[in-house]
Amino acid sequence: MIVLDGIAKSYGPRKALAGVDLHVRAGELFAYLGPNGAGKTTTIRILTGLTLPDGGRALVGGVDVAQEPTRTKALCGVVAQAVNLDQDLTVAENLEVHGRLFGMPAPLRASRAGEALERLEMADRASSFVRELSGGQRRRVMIARALMHEPRVLFLDEPTVGLDPSIRRTLWAAMKRIREGGTTILLTTHYIEEAEFLADRVAFLHGGQVAALGTPQELMAGLGAWAIDALNGEGMRTDYFQGREEAQAFGSSLPGPFTLRRVNLEDVFHKVTGRKLA
Amino acid sequence: MIQGWSAVYYREALLMRRRGLKMLATMCVSPLLYLLAFGWGLGDLASHAGVPYLQFLVPGLAAMSSMTQAWSVAGEINVARFYWRIFDEIQSAPVAPGGYVLGEVLAGMTRGLLASALTVLLGALFGVHPWCGPAFWLALMLNSFFFASLAVGLAMLIKSHADQAMLTSFVITPMAFLGGTFFPVERLPDWAQGLLLCLPLTHASRAARAAATGAELPLTSLALLAAAGIGAFLLAMRNVARARD
Repeated sequence: MIVLDGIAKSYGPRKALAGVDLHVRAGELFAYLGPNGAGKTTTIRILTGLTLPDGGRALVGGVDVAQEPTRTKALCGVVAQAVNLDQDLTVAENLEVHGRLFGMPAPLRASRAGEALERLEMADRASSFVRELSGGQRRRVMIARALMHEPRVLFLDEPTVGLDPSIRRTLWAAMKRIREGGTTILLTTHYIEEAEFLADRVAFLHGGQVAALGTPQELMAGLGAWAIDALNGEGMRTDYFQGREEAQAFGSSLPGPFTLRRVNLEDVFHKVTGRKLA
Repeated sequence: MIQGWSAVYYREALLMRRRGLKMLATMCVSPLLYLLAFGWGLGDLASHAGVPYLQFLVPGLAAMSSMTQAWSVAGEINVARFYWRIFDEIQSAPVAPGGYVLGEVLAGMTRGLLASALTVLLGALFGVHPWCGPAFWLALMLNSFFFASLAVGLAMLIKSHADQAMLTSFVITPMAFLGGTFFPVERLPDWAQGLLLCLPLTHASRAARAAATGAELPLTSLALLAAAGIGAFLLAMRNVARARD
């Protein structure tokens, strides 16, 4: 459904993307992970026709984004990282404008707006002004808006950033429901637990390239099942083990305190790149 | 080529309706001050070609209002791009560059013509006969078409609110004072006339004033405004198509 073939993009001397190759399957919830500034948003902007790549090819639904941007835009829904709703308009008016931008006929606009708001549990706020909504409610309106024209692909760029944990979980449930409806989702995030909970597959972006790719289980299994964190003279050291007993025994042999925990995706990222996600 | 224009215009119309009275009151401030200061205060001291100064001034003010309000669409685009990020939402939709430009230009023209109508009504309060002739409104329509198109085109090039303010200070404000609003350009030396005839507002003031006073309509001015408007519209389309990182 989404193909990136050698996508490159530089801003002045800084290489944001240095030849990204990626294939996201139809109906998949795909998490695109990386630290701040890794190029996640640039990738989404290229896929949605907002940024032109310096090289390579981006396809959505088999259509070349650079060659036929208007056609690919009709296939996509985008939830940007920054809130981009009209604050002086009501929720319903924002959705109405969106429906018109996508050329939807009037009866369809009304019914789809209602359905989308219902799906995101925001139907009761349809006549509220956006400026009256909380951060989490604004995010939900943005997702409802992006779903209104029933896109085949939904791009979610850090949709839960800055939200409190309970609202984040509400949004996770919404994302799961959308995916179950058959929509392909490309999610960028630097919340590791979000990717673990939601994603069918994960790609780590590092140095402008995909550094690791697979299901969360596959990627984590490559390291082991258990991790021991311990402080040594040089800082935090983490060791990985297949069995809990083996890990516990290793921790007990250390001179200082240690923490035993399950391996997570952040460990994978750290192992692959030598950096922490932040 | 113009797919999506009605959605873009609809959004602007909703915002205008929401601001309603505030927007209309803002449109009245400048013309009212000029009418009070130059018309009422100095009006009795001057006349031009037998036309009382107030009657000379109001068509020029109407042209100036159509310019400033049509231009103000640049400020709205600026806020939508850099502050509310709405421009990204519009750019993510299957809207053709021509559709975006047409929607915004029509919004600018709506503002421009509304402001002109208010100026004419204010002039009537000062005893100046309100004009409704088609030639008068055609001149103002072409003027607002040009300035709204220019506003959309340049709004795609600027990078900040400060750039926007600078453009207004260096382009619009001098034109408001020098484009035949307050004095007859014909009274200036030839070289100065030549320079001021390069300003679109000079042609709009000239055509609106001729239509208002029943003088012969300067068709060349109307043709120049139309040509400049089409040129600015095409430039705006090009700049919107290129407004990608």
